[in-house]
Amino acid sequence: MNRINKKLQEDKKLLSIYFTAGYPDINDTVFIIQDLENNGVDMIEIGLPFSDPLADGPTIQESSTQALKNGMTTEKLFQQLKDIRKTVNIPLIIMGYFNPMLQYGVEEFCKKCEEIGIDGLIIPDLPVDVYSEKYQAIFEKYNLINVFLITPQTSEERIRFIDSVSDGFIYMVSSASVTGSTSGFSKDTKTYFQRINDLKLKNPQVVGFGISDKQSFKEATEYSNGAIIGSAFIKHLTKDGTRTISEFVKTIR
Amino acid sequence: MTYQADENGYYGEFGGAYIPEMLYPNVEELRQQYVQIMQEESFQKEFKELLKDYVGRPTPLYFASRLSEKYNTKIYLKREDLCHTGAHKVNNTIGQILMAKRLGKNRIIAETGAGQHGVATATVCALMGIECIVYMGEIDIDRQAPNVARMKMLGATVVPAKSGSRTLKDATNEAIRDWINNPVDTHYIIGSVVGPHPYPDMVARFQSVISEEIKFQLLEKEGREAPDYVVACVGGGSNAAGIYYHYLDNQEVGIIAIEAAGKGVLSGESAATSALGKEGIIHGSKTLLMQSPDGQITEPYSISAGLDYPGIGPMHANLFRTGRAEFISITDADAMKAGQELAKLEGIIPAIESSHALAIFEDRKFKKDDIVVLNLSGRGDKDLSTYIEYFNL
Repeated sequence: MNRINKKLQEDKKLLSIYFTAGYPDINDTVFIIQDLENNGVDMIEIGLPFSDPLADGPTIQESSTQALKNGMTTEKLFQQLKDIRKTVNIPLIIMGYFNPMLQYGVEEFCKKCEEIGIDGLIIPDLPVDVYSEKYQAIFEKYNLINVFLITPQTSEERIRFIDSVSDGFIYMVSSASVTGSTSGFSKDTKTYFQRINDLKLKNPQVVGFGISDKQSFKEATEYSNGAIIGSAFIKHLTKDGTRTISEFVKTIR
Repeated sequence: MTYQADENGYYGEFGGAYIPEMLYPNVEELRQQYVQIMQEESFQKEFKELLKDYVGRPTPLYFASRLSEKYNTKIYLKREDLCHTGAHKVNNTIGQILMAKRLGKNRIIAETGAGQHGVATATVCALMGIECIVYMGEIDIDRQAPNVARMKMLGATVVPAKSGSRTLKDATNEAIRDWINNPVDTHYIIGSVVGPHPYPDMVARFQSVISEEIKFQLLEKEGREAPDYVVACVGGGSNAAGIYYHYLDNQEVGIIAIEAAGKGVLSGESAATSALGKEGIIHGSKTLLMQSPDGQITEPYSISAGLDYPGIGPMHANLFRTGRAEFISITDADAMKAGQELAKLEGIIPAIESSHALAIFEDRKFKKDDIVVLNLSGRGDKDLSTYIEYFNL
């Protein structure tokens, strides 16, 4: 069984953290992953930096630009992660845009992920339609879970289609926004969370976008199996570097 | 075999809609409705009336006799430079503002590089009394001050794109982010035949008025609807899509695309996407684009701000891949020389984008009785400071 599925069966609200590989320093990747696990984080999204991250706000874009300046590449990331499963047990997901994967070769990329022990991928600009038609077989061959996003504007019909194609969790984007642009949830957002809950989907949901502290983590996980924090963690790294990751995690739960 | 888009927005293997889920509802709404709306009688009536009375169409098809004599062939210029606002861009913005109104949108966003599309968008928003926000790279804002002033005078808000390389591609990213953040009331007017389906096809249809007019104008002058060649410069490729459109599937018509070689295709400072690009995804479309081996999108260079886009529209990627079109790249120096030549031979100062297309006559020989129609996509007013600096005028 994939580590993601196993983790989602545990009776707890998952805390998942996103960070951009190669930021703040090119060689921080492995340490950040290990330290997050040591501090009780349940799942990690490793961001593969891209020059033109359309779905991200300024915080993640700037960290990506810096990571690329630091020399991060797809090959470099795979090298850094080569022995990661000797020390890390929690689920690891690579989150990145489709073009770098396309240039690496989609099958080659997936194969490498399996070798390393990556459990899933999140690719915001690979739509579910294209995935199910062209790439699903490859992902499945290498035991990779592909995670799709839904938003408050996604129709029920499409949510059900996404649910049928998914086999891990559904990434519930909290509001119509890019990453890092809101904090705290409105009444409308809670109504949306409730609406999705009521659909009784086969996949559990994990909330992302707009979660930055204890309060928003608590609210988000009232209606879901967990929550993902990205921009707030990047901001912490920008301010404090990698020495005080434990303090950051404590501010969440 | 057709060179038009199929129903999923693919031109051969290029095109499609590689978009984040957050954009899906907006793009899907447009995809489901654009063809139907464009075919409505009331839409066509309003579109054609505005093109005639506001833009000044049909634009002349002008036989350039002195240029023809010099190059020993028959050269016609399609005078898009005489459109209101100075370039073909307004054909598309008129179409899209009417589309936005019918979709019930009351806020318009756009990206712009040199500012021509921004001005054309600000213009139609003023005409319709709709709020207009234009994203423009911080570096371009400094380089194109007169167009920034024009947009402001037309009532638009110009927002600097401060991310990444702070030029056209980043302005496009910012516009897309705005659309993600404002999914209900906003329409995004893309300025070229790029972006996710249905944009490349929709923009090509709005620009197709160019070749529609050439057909009857050439019939009047030469007794035939089709020339031997159509020539246009390609940045994203909207003026090219417009002049090729009605000739795409007529194999008797040669299609020539001119890209900006910058300081030379191999100089490291170029925008010749067909020569330097690889298949990939940019701004939601699968096409040819300039990128690093690792798949990071690279910054192109051209003296012409309208040609330095790192991709080309999927229609053009397919024309290149299939060999339907001949692709030629022209350096800054050759383009500037051709612009100067047109001014002296015909009394027309072209936009530097169009000067690239004009440089073809030094590069490639045509037969004496060939009829070559070249899209003079814009006028040179906006480029005067570049011409002044380059030629020490």
